[in-house]
Amino acid sequence: MRRLGVLLVTAALAAGCSVGGSTDAKPGDRTVVLVTHDSFDVDQALLDQFRTQTGINVDIRKNGDAGALTNQLVLTKSAPLGDLAFGVDNTFASRVLDEGVFAEYRSPEADKGPQKYAVDDKNRLTAVDVGDVCVNVDPAFLAGRETEAPKTFDDLADARYKDQLVVEDPATSSPGLAFLLATVAHYGPDGWVGYWQRLKANGVKVVSGWEEAYSQDFSGSSGKGPRPLVVSYASSPSAEIGDDGKPHTTALLDTCFRQVEYAGVLNGAKNPDDARKVLDWMLSEPFQKQVPDKMYVYPSRDGVALPDAWQKAAPLPDESATLPAKDIQANRERWIEQWRAAVRG
Amino acid sequence: MARGRPGLIAPVAAAVLPLGFLAVFFLWPVAAIIRLGLGPGVGAVLGRAETWGILGFTLGQAAAATVVAVLAGLPVAFLLARTSLRGNGFVRTVVMVPFVLPTVVVGLAFRSLLPAGGPVAIVLANAFFNVAVVARTVSGLWSHVDRRAEDAARSLGASRWRAFTSVTLPMLRPAIGSSAAVVFLFCATSFGVVLLLGGGEYATLETEIYLRTVEMLDLPGAAALSLLQVGAVVAVLVIGAVTRRRATSLRLRGRAETARRPVGGEWGVVAAAWVVVVALLVPIGSLVARSFSGGLAGYRAMTGTGYRGSLQVTGWEAIDNSLRAATDATLLALVLGVLASVAVVSLGRARIRPSVVETVDTAMMLPLGVSAVTVGFGYLVTLDALPGDLRTSPVLVPLAQALVVTPLVIRMLLPVLRAIDNRLRQAAATLGAAPWRVWREIDVPLAARALLGATAFGYVVALGEFGATSFLARPDTATLPVVIGRLVARPGELNNQMAYAACTLLMLVTAAIVIIVDRLRVSSVGEF
Amino acid sequence: MLNVEGVRVRYGAVTAVSDVDIQVADGEVVALLGPSGCGKSTLLRVIAGLETAQGRVCWDGEDLDDVPVHRRGFGLVFQDGQLFPHRDVAGNVAFGLRMVGVPKAEQDFRVTELLTMVGLAGYESRKVTELSGGEQQRVALARALAPRPRLLLLDEPLSALDRALREQLAIDLARLLREAGTTALVVTHDHDEAFTLADRVAVMREGRIVQEGKPEDVWRYPVDEETARFLGCGLVVDGEGRQGKLITEFGTVDFPGIDDGPARVALRPTALEPGDGPVSGVVTAQLHRRDHVRVTVDTGRHLVDAVTPTAPPTGTTIRLTLNPDAVALIRK
Repeated sequence: MRRLGVLLVTAALAAGCSVGGSTDAKPGDRTVVLVTHDSFDVDQALLDQFRTQTGINVDIRKNGDAGALTNQLVLTKSAPLGDLAFGVDNTFASRVLDEGVFAEYRSPEADKGPQKYAVDDKNRLTAVDVGDVCVNVDPAFLAGRETEAPKTFDDLADARYKDQLVVEDPATSSPGLAFLLATVAHYGPDGWVGYWQRLKANGVKVVSGWEEAYSQDFSGSSGKGPRPLVVSYASSPSAEIGDDGKPHTTALLDTCFRQVEYAGVLNGAKNPDDARKVLDWMLSEPFQKQVPDKMYVYPSRDGVALPDAWQKAAPLPDESATLPAKDIQANRERWIEQWRAAVRG
Repeated sequence: MARGRPGLIAPVAAAVLPLGFLAVFFLWPVAAIIRLGLGPGVGAVLGRAETWGILGFTLGQAAAATVVAVLAGLPVAFLLARTSLRGNGFVRTVVMVPFVLPTVVVGLAFRSLLPAGGPVAIVLANAFFNVAVVARTVSGLWSHVDRRAEDAARSLGASRWRAFTSVTLPMLRPAIGSSAAVVFLFCATSFGVVLLLGGGEYATLETEIYLRTVEMLDLPGAAALSLLQVGAVVAVLVIGAVTRRRATSLRLRGRAETARRPVGGEWGVVAAAWVVVVALLVPIGSLVARSFSGGLAGYRAMTGTGYRGSLQVTGWEAIDNSLRAATDATLLALVLGVLASVAVVSLGRARIRPSVVETVDTAMMLPLGVSAVTVGFGYLVTLDALPGDLRTSPVLVPLAQALVVTPLVIRMLLPVLRAIDNRLRQAAATLGAAPWRVWREIDVPLAARALLGATAFGYVVALGEFGATSFLARPDTATLPVVIGRLVARPGELNNQMAYAACTLLMLVTAAIVIIVDRLRVSSVGEF
Repeated sequence: MLNVEGVRVRYGAVTAVSDVDIQVADGEVVALLGPSGCGKSTLLRVIAGLETAQGRVCWDGEDLDDVPVHRRGFGLVFQDGQLFPHRDVAGNVAFGLRMVGVPKAEQDFRVTELLTMVGLAGYESRKVTELSGGEQQRVALARALAPRPRLLLLDEPLSALDRALREQLAIDLARLLREAGTTALVVTHDHDEAFTLADRVAVMREGRIVQEGKPEDVWRYPVDEETARFLGCGLVVDGEGRQGKLITEFGTVDFPGIDDGPARVALRPTALEPGDGPVSGVVTAQLHRRDHVRVTVDTGRHLVDAVTPTAPPTGTTIRLTLNPDAVALIRK
């Protein structure tokens, strides 16, 4: 079987000549394989510059969404897919730490901001960016109905906003889960189910993913849907700036939940030394500066200026809800079940 | 003495490569990931009523969508195979277009057409994707079926309908059975459509496996559901194989002879075919309309990387990536599919027990019915054992696509190869043609039309493949469907316009390929 | 020459061909005659190399066991032609020539020659799907003859055609085989066809060859009653040979070479005609044929067939006489 495999792979490689190639390392190159999720992105010029300066070639391998990435890292911990991983967030962090996927490393850059998001006293994960999930609102739509924009969680359950909110299913959507966690954090383990029952009575619509909620149902996006309230990101309004230079949507900063994305050097990495250098680079000012435009999230490093559009439309919320990673890990499935019972049932 | 017995060495050798490929890139990974989850948890999941409800909904919606696709596909197949009307080329092209559209985009289109979503929308959307499978496969055989049997039945007093049901339909059964099995598998494993249109209320085995594997790493639960899925798929394939077994040998005819102007009630069928075409055009049209929502902004954006660089490749580079990967996948699938078909047909002719032949045949179909997530996660825990650690290699993209395309090639080739009268081959042999020469002189030219059809079809499927590709493609080798998926997942009006523009271009590329291949077939196969 | 020894074919429990021996000399045309299902086609396929069998098939003393179909140099014509639908008439005829690498010019010449021979001159670029059944069969024959096979195998070559065409084509085929000096083995269930085409006839029944000989001998002296009936004799009666004459209840006729003593006599429908013989009977039915009328006559002892030039009305009594040419003697 093994020999047949070799044969097949040889044949397959011959057939697959059109792919591969360009980013593959040549012998003698120092390559760090960065395993990440679909949403990872980096400015190509910056990447080239890093290679020129350090001689390190970063080979980026994307593997589905954050959940898929996390679980792949767990499954492959004995034969890791690369040297460095980015994209595990605070809702999944606890699992990878329990499974021993990451090696200890404290980056010298961590003290310039990232450390305040630390989840682990052994420094196996370092925060690279933060992103807030908040309810977005289309004020023009509401103004047309002579209604003010809501502000709080309780407002969303108010009859004035009946049939106006669309949210994502926490079982299938990362912002959906974040919003669920926000309500858990706000109302506590005993109160959140009741809140969702109120939302349900107020006509909340649940869809499976962000794409659908935001570009199909939300009135403030190009889809011009029927609902002016949607669970999205604090950063989303920065993409909805009109020709007049003003944002036409806003995020409700009192309804936010903070997602933190981490990077770490993988246990069993082939090139751990260079992987650490890449991690340091990801915390450096130039990398952090392009994080908003490339990944729609906020830098974890302090004092990094946000792009103009963001300063106008999408400042980082001052006080976002959070929950300890361990609590999330321990309760996620149960909360989702309870949510299903309350909202679907 | 064993005089004149067709040798077994050649067909067995031909079977080794496709079966080996299947074993390494499918059976092994799937078995490995299921084994990881085996344990008491499996029984617990299987014991839950909810699990069986999911199985029921999976099979039910797939069966309904298959029925719709077959009912919609047959008039189109008639139009393409039996008539020589203007506009047939257009129809041939239009039915193929849905196949390349990323499910997320089609899901969104159906959401805007049927805002309530739910099972009806799921069934219609799944059927929308698959009308082409039925129309193409069935018309491929139909255009070669001798018209005179039907005429004979008519002359014996059968109504046109009666002649169709008693004479034509049984002759077409292998192709209908084949395509229905493929459609069923596609629908049973449909993922994006169920997620988008089911609104979370409706789950299939596929979406549930995805959630359990990818989001919860509940391997026992996923293993239980995967076992159910494999069991259901095998059952469907066996039923399909049994239907095919009863297929009769056909007398193949040249195409020109069987196509003519429709007469009488046949115009009704033509009208039905056009109704189907128009129904297919509605979602397609709504996508094209959206691509122009910002004028030509979306198209102009194709030269760039999206709103503030959402992508790592430009739209045009993505088209280039798509074409390259699809070319590789199609070539690989053709090699594997032709070898497997030759092996299956030769084994059948060598009077090997039908059950052995059917097992080979059925095995090659399995990848269509098993969750891409199961296979993908299976790769993670197995392929590091192969030299070069293929787990995250971009080579996996065409390999995974070939896994999906190969069964389609086989399904399109086999009915035609099997329908070639064995005595034609024997006639060639007595005239001095060695076995390989018989293939070259008889089977290849007679099956060339089907092979070209399979090539176009396979290419289009590879071009539109989303699940495995988005899992495996690197950012700089992202294909067009992956890019579309990425653009739709980002805010910003420009991204949306570019996504729909990319969809439109993907449809145009598809149409161009279908047209080119249709042209090719005329010049290379001559009068047949 | 072809030499088949002890060939046996079994399909599971069924024996299709059992211990058949047969020879075909160079230039000879042999007909394998038998009812459908008697194993004659299977035997033909064994000789062609298309079927697995026990026993030996030899050509000029060489055992063909290891020689695959395409190297045997045996041509094969199927009942329904099996022309290649993707090639035109010329392409079909030239097929075997292409397989052995005959130059194009020579191929064209030979194609023209053969098409002329089978009466289809000028048909080169016709589509085979547009030909009539008879034309298709002629093309099939031309195709099989083109590479000059050392043995031509014909499997019911005419039975898919209508009767008039069949008779004409049988005569044409006989002439063609003679002219080309072809060694041929024809499988047929039609004795007229067999006797028209063949130098020698082998009668097969239930997987065995029951009689072999010149057509006129098989015609005149069927080996047993069943063979006689298969060869078209509707009535078998007892008679007696005496001094070169055959004495039956229907009269006495000259039968040169007949042994003295009791004989079993088989009568074809044409053996009885209106005349002045000892037996008379009532006409009970009549059947009009192209050049004669066939009547059924009730003689009191038998219901017999007879042939008349004109039709006596049903119910009339006619007297019958015996035609010696249509009488066969069963060898016991």
